[in-house]
Amino acid sequence: MSATFDTFPQAASVLGRQVDVLFLTLLGVTGIVAVGVAVAIVAFTIRYRHGSKADRRNPPSGVRWIEITWTATPLAVFLVIFIWSSLLFAQFHRPPPQAMPIHVVAKQWMWRLEHENGRREIDELHVPLGQPVELVMTSQDVIHSFFVPAFRVKQDVLPGRYTTLWFTATRAGRFDLFCAEYCGTQHSTMHGDIVVMRPAEFSRWLASGSAQPDLVARGFDLYRRVGCSGCHEPTSTVHAPDLSGLFGATVHLSDGSTVVADESYLRDSILLPNKRVVAGFDPVMPSFQGQLDEDDVIALIAFIKSKRGGP
Amino acid sequence: MNAVPDSEIVPERVLHESSYLHEGFTLRSWLLTRDHKRIALLYLISITGFFFIGGAAATLIRLELMTPAGDVVDAETYNKLFTAHGVIMVWFFLIPSIPATLGNFLIPLMIGAREVAFPRLNLASWYIYTLGGIFVVATLIAGGVDTGWTFYTPFSTLFSNTNVVLAVIGVFVVGFSSILTGLNFIVTVHRLRTPGMTWFKLPLFVWAHYATSLILVLATPVLAMTLSLVVFERLTHIGIFDPALGGDPLLFQHLFWFYSHPAVYIMVLPAMGVASEIIPCFARKRVFGYRMMAYAIFGIAIIGFLVWGHHMFVSGQSLYASIAFSLLSFLVAIPSAIKVFNWTATLYKGSITLSAPMLYILGFVGLFTIGGLTGLFLAATALDVHLTDTYFVVAHFHYIMVGGTVMAYLGGLHFWWPKIVGRLYPETWARIAAVTIFIGFNLTFFPQYLLGAQGMPRRYHEYPARFQLLNEVSSSGAVILGIGYLLPLAYLPWAMLRGRRSSANPWGATGLEWQTPSPPPQENFATTLQVIRIPYDYHPATESAESQA
Repeated sequence: MSATFDTFPQAASVLGRQVDVLFLTLLGVTGIVAVGVAVAIVAFTIRYRHGSKADRRNPPSGVRWIEITWTATPLAVFLVIFIWSSLLFAQFHRPPPQAMPIHVVAKQWMWRLEHENGRREIDELHVPLGQPVELVMTSQDVIHSFFVPAFRVKQDVLPGRYTTLWFTATRAGRFDLFCAEYCGTQHSTMHGDIVVMRPAEFSRWLASGSAQPDLVARGFDLYRRVGCSGCHEPTSTVHAPDLSGLFGATVHLSDGSTVVADESYLRDSILLPNKRVVAGFDPVMPSFQGQLDEDDVIALIAFIKSKRGGP
Repeated sequence: MNAVPDSEIVPERVLHESSYLHEGFTLRSWLLTRDHKRIALLYLISITGFFFIGGAAATLIRLELMTPAGDVVDAETYNKLFTAHGVIMVWFFLIPSIPATLGNFLIPLMIGAREVAFPRLNLASWYIYTLGGIFVVATLIAGGVDTGWTFYTPFSTLFSNTNVVLAVIGVFVVGFSSILTGLNFIVTVHRLRTPGMTWFKLPLFVWAHYATSLILVLATPVLAMTLSLVVFERLTHIGIFDPALGGDPLLFQHLFWFYSHPAVYIMVLPAMGVASEIIPCFARKRVFGYRMMAYAIFGIAIIGFLVWGHHMFVSGQSLYASIAFSLLSFLVAIPSAIKVFNWTATLYKGSITLSAPMLYILGFVGLFTIGGLTGLFLAATALDVHLTDTYFVVAHFHYIMVGGTVMAYLGGLHFWWPKIVGRLYPETWARIAAVTIFIGFNLTFFPQYLLGAQGMPRRYHEYPARFQLLNEVSSSGAVILGIGYLLPLAYLPWAMLRGRRSSANPWGATGLEWQTPSPPPQENFATTLQVIRIPYDYHPATESAESQA
């Protein structure tokens, strides 16, 4: 018992260590306030107990400069903590451009993970040490939350859209993955492991085992099979937007607005094609909802992402 | 005990042979009463019943968490237990607790009124509360509900196969009792203050309830709408929250927390009001910074409406929205800090007696301070990412709502018990209970901060073995806490029948409620009062000198 007991286990990710510095600083600040208030209450209660001989002349019932001081001081301290925290939080939202993408599909009550090369895992995720990893996540049913305490990261995983989370592991080993958003009966069994491996070891692991086609290849196959190519190929007679170089580009919509073609936009365009129609095109695309599962959509998006450059 | 300074406001004392308790002994005389004092007692009985039902659910939760494996109840039952615990404690105990009992009993007395503005509506509020309670009890009998008290979509609308609609109707109904109580208090405070009782002579208890009532009236309708939408989507499958139908699950969270964050202040502002009465009385000193205290109450009530997004930092909400909500959450902590500092400063140069109500309230100040300070961790976006949805959050809000509100509620019940029943509670037992609850509470909930910091998620039926030791400490503490709560349940009713007779003003307190006999007559005051003195007109130096002489 005591061997595994650790009050505040060290963080195992780059941002996690910065989170811990902020945590301990705030713990120090709030600790001083808590102890200060407690000492004051106990000291006053003893010194000014009923019947004591303490001097009680001119009891203050409000002193302007004291009230301003104890309003302004916390305000200043809070603003410092707020700015510090916000700058750090912004980093959580900015994955490094070279981050390795991994796709996550959550469902009651398991985690399905898929690497770019097509290797799939369930309730276990292998990642390389020291290399940024970006998870692109969605849910098949209710809201879940991807939580790795050792990395100090957590992100809700929603049905109907993609959310992302990134980390760079700084310690090899095995770490808990929890579902942190209550998701039904077996919520507490929806856990898994994050396995952090040295890069060479990880490369070997990634290459082994899977004889499956990678995501782009699967996406290309689906692109042909479900009929996307019939309209979206440049040679097609149907008037449909060209998909080359689409990912990351700014798209002008028929309602006059613009949108950056990210994963969520592509997902909507496949499953809810009339939600955002590209300017200059008729809303003729059928919905593929029901025909494609979340894994298929991920593969198609991977394929579209791979179609960079001109025609 | 303490010498009571001569009061200029005491009218010709009319001796009352009978009090409000003697105006009829039939069940009918209670169930059809329009006396705010009797309605307060109806509420007291009802919420005490729900407190112990919710407490029984908590007991089973803590029993299950003694071991890492899920071995006491199955997963579905566990989920239904924490849902029942949350729904009952939030809507059927905490929200009505201080306002509907102490507020109902005391607000007219404190402002020198004979009644609340709408006595019949006041009784209707209790019946609506009871109707909501019947729905919730029916939910439990029908097999319970497993969504958590937060009813998050799309789980609640399309995936849970438990009695969601029944539970939601119960909460929907009870909301109207909150709205009507709030409305009643607002009009009462505006219209029925006795001559001379200007706004800045009002006890802070009344200020706190006035602000609470504004929140009740403004926020509760949003909850009612949100819950209606849940029922519509569940029954008709029209897409509001479910993305498969074109809805947005985050919309639910925005609407839900728009009510439920201010709801925290519905629970804690009245507690602050209680503390602001008891501390000056037992320190024999004017409350420090009276006006600042009143402004702080309103600062909390107003900014409290603008912080709901801090429940959603990892929900998929935009980065900039999260940062704005974070800033506002830090700002709402400022008036809370002011209040803690002012209570502490009130003790300075006071003449302090550690009677039972004071012990409860000093416990309240300590626990509220810890709960408030740990709230800063959750307001800080980067820390919240790790801490949200863990036991850190569970510990934080229990420090506020149980350590804060329940301690203050019990402190208030003791303080005004002589006024309510006309008899004194046994002081020694009350002090033992206060200390037992304080120790039991900390043993139960402090370990949960550590569990959360270590990453244990909340709402877990089973958990990794490394979290067991702290869970054992927490469950053991809960035993002590449970015993602590049972003590007042035994001695307060006992005191009602057998306690020593109380005078009109056993504490030598300054509020108007102490200027009428204990228990008060049905019409509260024999004559119309004229208020001349400032609030909290205590004199520690002279009183302390007198006691030494």
